[in-house]
Amino acid sequence: MDASFLSPTPTVETITLVEATRRAVAQEMRRDPFVWVLGEDVARGGIFGQYRGLIDAFGPERIVSTPISEATLMGAGLGAALVGTRPIIEMRIFDFALCAMDELVNQIAKIRYMFGGQAKPAVVIRAPHGLWRSSAAQHSQSLEAWFAHLPGLVVAVPATPADAAGLLVAAIRSDDPVLFFEPKALFGATGPVPEEIAPLPFGLARHVRGGDDLTLVCWSSIVPDCERAAQALERDGVGVDLFDLRTLWPWDESAVLASVARTRRLLVVHEAVRTGGFGGEIVARVVECLGPGALKAVRRVGAPRLPVPFSPPLEDAMRVTETKIIAAAKSLLAA
Amino acid sequence: MESGAQHAMARLMELYRLMARIRTFEEVALAAHAAGELPGYLHPSIGQEAVAAGVCSVLRRDDRITSTHRGHGHALAKGAEVKGMMRELFGRAGGVCRGKGGSMHIADFSIGMLGANGVVAGGIPIAVGAAQGLRLLGSDAIVACFFGDGAINRGPFLEGLNWAALYRLPVLFVCEDNAVAAFTAACTVTAGPGVVARAESCGVAAESVDGNDVEAVAEAAARLIARVRRGDGPQLLHARTYRLLGHTSTDQAAWRDPDEVTRARANDPLIRARDRLRAAGVAEADLDAILAEARAEMEAARADALQAPWPEAAEAWEDVQDIGAEPVEQL
Ligand SMILES: Cc1ncc(C[n+]2csc(CCOP(=O)(O)OP(=O)(O)O)c2C)c(N)n1
Repeated sequence: MDASFLSPTPTVETITLVEATRRAVAQEMRRDPFVWVLGEDVARGGIFGQYRGLIDAFGPERIVSTPISEATLMGAGLGAALVGTRPIIEMRIFDFALCAMDELVNQIAKIRYMFGGQAKPAVVIRAPHGLWRSSAAQHSQSLEAWFAHLPGLVVAVPATPADAAGLLVAAIRSDDPVLFFEPKALFGATGPVPEEIAPLPFGLARHVRGGDDLTLVCWSSIVPDCERAAQALERDGVGVDLFDLRTLWPWDESAVLASVARTRRLLVVHEAVRTGGFGGEIVARVVECLGPGALKAVRRVGAPRLPVPFSPPLEDAMRVTETKIIAAAKSLLAA
Repeated sequence: MESGAQHAMARLMELYRLMARIRTFEEVALAAHAAGELPGYLHPSIGQEAVAAGVCSVLRRDDRITSTHRGHGHALAKGAEVKGMMRELFGRAGGVCRGKGGSMHIADFSIGMLGANGVVAGGIPIAVGAAQGLRLLGSDAIVACFFGDGAINRGPFLEGLNWAALYRLPVLFVCEDNAVAAFTAACTVTAGPGVVARAESCGVAAESVDGNDVEAVAEAAARLIARVRRGDGPQLLHARTYRLLGHTSTDQAAWRDPDEVTRARANDPLIRARDRLRAAGVAEADLDAILAEARAEMEAARADALQAPWPEAAEAWEDVQDIGAEPVEQL
């Protein structure tokens, strides 16, 4: 019997990732009058259109276009959280947040701890990151590993419109400071997003597809490449158990451990530089928890340790691609 | 007329009491440090008490302040509880920050003290954001933001002043100019005419005051705060004072010109307040009694801190974050 009329399916629309985040912000601003946005050019919609139209709905007191003062953006967001509001700090492009490292690292991440729990640094730092249209060395970095290393922060790295929306809602409602990395390369990617966006819990990986031959762990902008690689591998008879972590801190250790215990082969893929990347942490945890004997082979795929070059062929040379992922997977299977 | 003068003297008496409490708090803490009773080191504000006392005496309880590495006076003047502060300096259980912060990270949100700061100028962006947040909340409270003369050479000073002026935020900036930045005379590393001119260049009205005259500080702060409250936007108070001791509890400041220090000692804000009170007829013995009472309060806090238990080691894992907090390790 068709009982679907008893619980009407929620309205779901196919939209871009950037639109999904716009709707998440709008929904939360409607829900809570003390959620507000500060960042350069946000009254004009933000440079990727993340805030398009929100100035009309919420006014200049809550969609605040700011001077190019990254340290104060970060620090003022914190100050505003300390008196009980919930600021969304828009960093425009993550690389500029490097001008605000004191405010992020010394103040936001530590203030609750240093003050013995008195402070509630309930901020979301939106950080568009990664390779995008030959943006070169100062507008293309993926530095998420630095911040997973930093006690006090939650680090989100979504890759789909639905996950970006759900995690952003969770981030806005969270009392912890959330560093929300958004893949610039996937801002235009589309996917289904429910009209009513529910918060998505941090620390739960998305099991993208099942397979028995190797475990592939990835996040953020590289996820579609990994999916395509997994499809190609499957055509060659290789089953890939594919996880999109969605958050790096906390990360879904138990899902990865359970998978690797079964497949005994682990491939971690990230766009960031391989050396010192978060892939190393994942491998280390798997080896510590399962024991080195449990693994037949391990590989990390990441960028070489280079600044991001401008010229497309140079940028492509250091970019992690489907081809490189497939090659790494095959060498893993051969081992 | 007579009652006005009496009122002013009663007020000065209270300011003197507050300064005496700040002075003796730090003297007792320094003695405890010298005796090896408390870990780390302290940044004493001895000689600068009139700035903290004068400004905070005209703030409301729901007003907020941000402070600096040299922040004991700001916290006490805003109303922080002495035992909790002293225990914090000692790193003991019952410290206002549960022993996680120590002297350099004293905060007491219950009285609007949003934190000392280990980073020079670190409180400035926080203060302007707190003011912006208060406005969004519909509150008419304001924020007083203390920083040293060394902080005006850091970027957040320019950013914060511009920002506060742009949005006409309810902030009183207080530049506590003690003439030194750590071990360097601030004037030797600061170009141009100084903090007032820098503030005015951002459209922030500013004025200088004798920061060792507690009544003058309170009067100037009251005037500027009235403007801030009325919506005139941020104001800056430049309070000229002098740090009588070294940069930290372990620095003897031997590099300073002894004549300069001697002159400064004669200009001690507590001595000046006493002189004025005596001239108005207050007995020396009454002033001594205030000082003795303050010292007794602080010695009691020291004794309390000394007998207080240490925090449990497992507390080191608390208050990091809700999501993704690491489990306590077996010790
Ligand atoms: C960003 C930063 N740089 C350097 C220091 C080290 N330091 C601590 S206090 C201080 C001097 C600050 O001078 P000022 O702001 O005038 O305050 P004062 O110590 O004179 O009270 C310095 C350099 C610091 N804490 N933060």
